[in-house]
Amino acid sequence: MTDWTRASAADMAAAMRRGEVTSVELTRAHLERISAVDGDVHAFLHIDADGALATAREVDAARDAGEELPALAGVPIAIKDVLVTEGLPTTAGSRILEGWIPPYDGTVTKRIRAARMPILGKTNMDEFAMGSSTEHSGYGPTHNPWDLERIPGGSGGGSAAALAAFEAPLAVGSDTGGSIRQPASVTATVGVKPTYGGVSRFGAIALASSLDQLGPCGRTVLDTALLHEVMAGHDEMDATSLDEPVPPVVDAAHDGARGDLSGVRIGVVKEISGADGGFQDGVKQRFEESLEHLRSMGAEIVEVSCPSFEYALAAYYVILPSEASSNLAKFDSVRFGMRVEKGNVERTMAATRAEGFGDEVKRRIILGTYALSAGYYDAYYGSAQKVRTLVQRDFDAAFADVDVLVSPTTPTTPFKLGERIDDPMAMYLNDIATIPANLAGIPGMSLPAGLAEEDGLPVGFQILAPAREDARLYRVGAALERALTDEWGGALTAQAPELEVK
Amino acid sequence: MSSLERSDVARLAALARIDMSDGDLDRLSGQLAVIVDAVAKVAEVAGEDVPATSHPIPLSNIHRADVVRPSLAQEAALAGAPEAEDGRFRVPQILGEDA
Repeated sequence: MTDWTRASAADMAAAMRRGEVTSVELTRAHLERISAVDGDVHAFLHIDADGALATAREVDAARDAGEELPALAGVPIAIKDVLVTEGLPTTAGSRILEGWIPPYDGTVTKRIRAARMPILGKTNMDEFAMGSSTEHSGYGPTHNPWDLERIPGGSGGGSAAALAAFEAPLAVGSDTGGSIRQPASVTATVGVKPTYGGVSRFGAIALASSLDQLGPCGRTVLDTALLHEVMAGHDEMDATSLDEPVPPVVDAAHDGARGDLSGVRIGVVKEISGADGGFQDGVKQRFEESLEHLRSMGAEIVEVSCPSFEYALAAYYVILPSEASSNLAKFDSVRFGMRVEKGNVERTMAATRAEGFGDEVKRRIILGTYALSAGYYDAYYGSAQKVRTLVQRDFDAAFADVDVLVSPTTPTTPFKLGERIDDPMAMYLNDIATIPANLAGIPGMSLPAGLAEEDGLPVGFQILAPAREDARLYRVGAALERALTDEWGGALTAQAPELEVK
Repeated sequence: MSSLERSDVARLAALARIDMSDGDLDRLSGQLAVIVDAVAKVAEVAGEDVPATSHPIPLSNIHRADVVRPSLAQEAALAGAPEAEDGRFRVPQILGEDA
């Protein structure tokens, strides 16, 4: 009997079209897998078995009736809890929103429903997407399916772990400084942060509005591209949404899978590739091997320098808290979420926010309040915005010479849960290679590059492209994926240790 | 730029409407001082001549058609509120006892 949870989304969709499997069977298989392993992994905050099966039954009936269906109709999906879903609890990983049921769908939720994909449930995340490990979730951490003692990355650790544990073939993520790419890296899955404005943010609970971008997560480059096309496109409900055609990412993935990269120029960014230390040996080794593969497919590899990246992390940790402190002011104990009564409305508000927010959220709100306060605004926020310009100029100069830029996605393989929880700066350094893309608004992908020699844990390979050129990520990514899976004899996720089935 | 003191954190927490116990202040002040010192380097690099970027891909004059569209029903808008009464959000008293 086929274990459908191991299949790619593209194969599931094709098998349904051929009548070999139904959406109800696929959805049931994933719900059973979730029951069997999610007690240990904790990728999900909420599971909607009835809703998912109802959608699956409708899709099967429509298919039987000969209806024309969207490409991914009937393929189940998990949604990061940052995106609002009408009728399904949405918390963004925060206790302050415990039990809140949104009265509307976000635009991406609507598009997933229109694509007729059964929604399995909502995935765990760091509270309001603030973190790199899911340890800042108000509902307990997610565990990495490769080693349950280790972090699954963050903030989208739930979505990435659900893929790596075969609990879902596709998932929605959000990436403000690496929250799609870093979890993909440490779980040997694929994740893409689209160009800023490429996917509507309407209904995504805002962290830092000038950095946030929803994006697709999958186990293969093609699956990720298929979901990208479902999610992307102009939306008049988001004033930052690009009114332009969706880049041809699925075509690019097919094109790349042919394994020909002749004429493609690839730049290795010196500042985020471990040239100056700070990167684990096994990470650098796998990265170098991937470069060799790209070279053997005809790509030309050159080194480029982006000197202002040295300041990107600092600029990010000024801009993000500033925007977050403003965005999170809406949690005021009046319109939704928790209320801790304490005298008048103002004292109630302060008591509610003290009880409802975790430490990381409090740290960042205070940091943002400080950076925006009179007398400090120019030195912090004003300067950070200038650094943002310098980062963009570095990217512009680099992309004048090369088609894509590459680096390891993260400096290390996943660390142990608890290891960095009391050291915020050490936690922030996880995102050193992913943050520049958010500051500049450009698209980025992480895909598996192999396992590090010293610990046998996943290493991610990051590809960055100019704004609006998301298709380049998929072309280069699919080519590298093909070369690597040929070498491994299959997907890297197949090498993950078997989880105990309960 | 000087580092953040415990009293600064207490003042900022009050501005941000987050109650903090002495324990919270002890725990968070040290961590915040480290972060503030680390991010202060943003002021080192960009000179007067560098313009600020607030949005990565600037768009201007974004409008949608000025037509009436369905909105949330009052009941739906109030459904998530901690307390509602007569079709409105109900809040604790706004003014103090002696106001």
